Amino acid sequence: MTNTTSRHEGAAGDLTARALREALYAGLISLGLFVLFVGLKSDQNIRNELILVPRWGLLAIFVVIAMVGRFLMIAYLQPFLASQKVVNAATGMLPDSMASRFFRLPFFIAAVVVSAVMIAVARGLPDNIAAYATIIRGLAIIYSLACLFYMFRIFITTHFTVLAVAALVLYPIVIVAIFGAQGSLKWVDNFGIQILIYVMLAWGLNIVVGLAGLLDLGYVAFYAVGAYSYALLSSTFGLSFWVLLPMAGILAAFWGMILGFPVLRLRGDYLAIVTLAFGEIIRLVLLNWAEVTNGAAGISGVAKASIFGIWSFDVSAPNNFAKAFGLPMSSAYYKIFLFYLILALALLTAFVTVRLRRMPIGRAWEALREDEIACRSLGINTVTTKLTAFAIGAMFGGFAGSFFAARQGFVSPESFVFLESAVILAIVVLGGMGSLVGIAVAAAVMVGGTEILRELEFLKHIFGPDFTPELYRMLLFGIAMVVVMVWKPRGFVGSREPTAFLHERKAVSGSFTKEGHG
Amino acid sequence: MSLETTMNSDTILKVEHLSMKFGGLMAINDFSFEAKRGEITALIGPNGAGKTTVFNCITGFYKPTMGMIVLNQKSGKQYLLERLPDFEITKHAKVARTFQNIRLFSGLTVLENLLVAQHNKLMVASGFTVLGLLGFPTYRKAAKEAIELAKHWLEKADLIDRADDPAGDLSYGAQRRLEIARAMCTGPELLCLDEPAAGLNPRESAALNTLLRSIRADTGTSLLLIEHDMSVVMEISDHVVVLEYGQKISDGTPDQVKNDPKVIAAYLGVEDDEVEDVISEVESLEGGVN
Repeated sequence: MTNTTSRHEGAAGDLTARALREALYAGLISLGLFVLFVGLKSDQNIRNELILVPRWGLLAIFVVIAMVGRFLMIAYLQPFLASQKVVNAATGMLPDSMASRFFRLPFFIAAVVVSAVMIAVARGLPDNIAAYATIIRGLAIIYSLACLFYMFRIFITTHFTVLAVAALVLYPIVIVAIFGAQGSLKWVDNFGIQILIYVMLAWGLNIVVGLAGLLDLGYVAFYAVGAYSYALLSSTFGLSFWVLLPMAGILAAFWGMILGFPVLRLRGDYLAIVTLAFGEIIRLVLLNWAEVTNGAAGISGVAKASIFGIWSFDVSAPNNFAKAFGLPMSSAYYKIFLFYLILALALLTAFVTVRLRRMPIGRAWEALREDEIACRSLGINTVTTKLTAFAIGAMFGGFAGSFFAARQGFVSPESFVFLESAVILAIVVLGGMGSLVGIAVAAAVMVGGTEILRELEFLKHIFGPDFTPELYRMLLFGIAMVVVMVWKPRGFVGSREPTAFLHERKAVSGSFTKEGHG
Repeated sequence: MSLETTMNSDTILKVEHLSMKFGGLMAINDFSFEAKRGEITALIGPNGAGKTTVFNCITGFYKPTMGMIVLNQKSGKQYLLERLPDFEITKHAKVARTFQNIRLFSGLTVLENLLVAQHNKLMVASGFTVLGLLGFPTYRKAAKEAIELAKHWLEKADLIDRADDPAGDLSYGAQRRLEIARAMCTGPELLCLDEPAAGLNPRESAALNTLLRSIRADTGTSLLLIEHDMSVVMEISDHVVVLEYGQKISDGTPDQVKNDPKVIAAYLGVEDDEVEDVISEVESLEGGVN
């Protein structure tokens, strides 16, 4: 006991000594820095000669401020921050709870009242007090603005989902209002639809990788199955998009099962290799089975989707959307329709994922990711659990694929290379495995970021006219991944939302969840 | 199956001539024992005696080389465990187990761990996901009941305050209790515990004794446990089986086993004059293997 107290005193003594030492260093450094800036001033005297005016007093003030500041920082501020960390750990609050202690509603009201009072009485104050009153008023206003900003941030984070969906629904309307129908094409198609396709694919893959913990490097195969089943069935049998959309999903799910069976016993790296091979097999079959798939030339003229068969987007069709409403002809309507279609499909994926997580099958997936042997000891059939994960993940890939075919009007094996699988997997990992919001943000950053690179014309003025920023997109993609993995190794959203709770819903820290054995 | 019921109805588990070979190693050699319904049966023996292998054979993680494991349910149904896949042993035969090195779902909360254990029941209630996905009330009702059952076991295991924390965040003793609670949520008739008291301090193992006794008293579940901690074994078990080098060396009440010279020899070593016997025995065994 005496030992620990003496160590405590020793620690306190050490701290003071260290603070004094650091203060001395700071004083020396500031002396060195300021001696020529502040300590000596060049001036002209009455005879127009250049003289040096020593200002030792001012220099001393500068040095003393630096020393005192350094001393207070070492002796008081740093231990205080460290103790706050301990308090944070003890209360289980997140590190930003410092801010929640600093910005409180009563303080905010008090600050507003103070600034209002200061403004009201500013006139009647004598001059010498008025200066101080101005400072206090300024501080109060700054504090209340900071409070407002903080509360706004809290509001955004707590209502993120609703706000994000509302923003996405309004997005095409705002874009059309700003850029006009024709100018909106780029923004709706390249940014909106392109990002949402990747969001949907990543959410689909998230079921397999994020929830069930089965590393799938060949996810793009199911995207290809969906795209080709729509392209082939619509051009051969003339079936409509709305019939083929579920069919593409079912076919992709079927292929998911086919992949699932042989890999049931595989784990980790071995599973990754076999799924990678599966993705390549599908692509090579599409490339070489030319009688059916038309080989590398691909299938062109794939039918467009219609609004439930009521309005069509074919220019020649009598029920053309623009004609029916007497609008000028433009391809923008089709793009805007596609935007809402992929938004609806992506939200369906999210809804099903959220629902499934609360069902026994979703919990079994997550349990499978945590410990497969324990799952078996609890009577969970791991075979069917894995197969359903593969099938449902593949189904959403198939939906996205048939959408892709309807959007492009053209499919070829070139769209389904391994790089696509890698990008989708990278989005899932960057976003934080299992987190829908994190994945959506990651998709927006990764896909939107590479699209924005095309827009950066001003870089040509810096690096010369030969510079094409698109060529560097993979480099930047890689740098971004490294940076994110260094700072947030569990992805943007590393924590996990529990699916059920008794007293309060607490996020599970990423340090407890496992990535799965493969 | 035409099991001539030589076993009477109060036998829950009957292991007959069980042998397990790993390559040339005979881990279990012609091992037979019976566990009575509603009793606590302990399986003890020095390290490497093959206790966990017996467990893995009973719970289906290993397929025995030879022998028969019969589970006799309260309803009179009989199961040949060596023929069932591991998950069906828990699902149909109602045998639950815990692990020597704790296997919890550390990233799921304590409550979720107990809900995963009720998977099969909830799967049926949710119409194999389809009805639940469409929001049918049967699943909501079943989910509520599942949470009630989980709550019951959380209270028993004294974990109710930690229900919403990740399982990986619990202390070692609490994780052991949670694993037992999770196994009980599957509604077993026979609960197999692999070293439940390993790593527990005396107070925690006393609490464990109380928990195991109350499990037996309240649910009528029979217990089979592997244990090294003699304070647990001798205090709570009704029946002790001793295993050494894959063979049964003693079988009886705790007092009988405690005074059995073979058991004492196995645990404490043998007197000097008996060493020669032991050496010759070992040589004959090695000869048998070659």
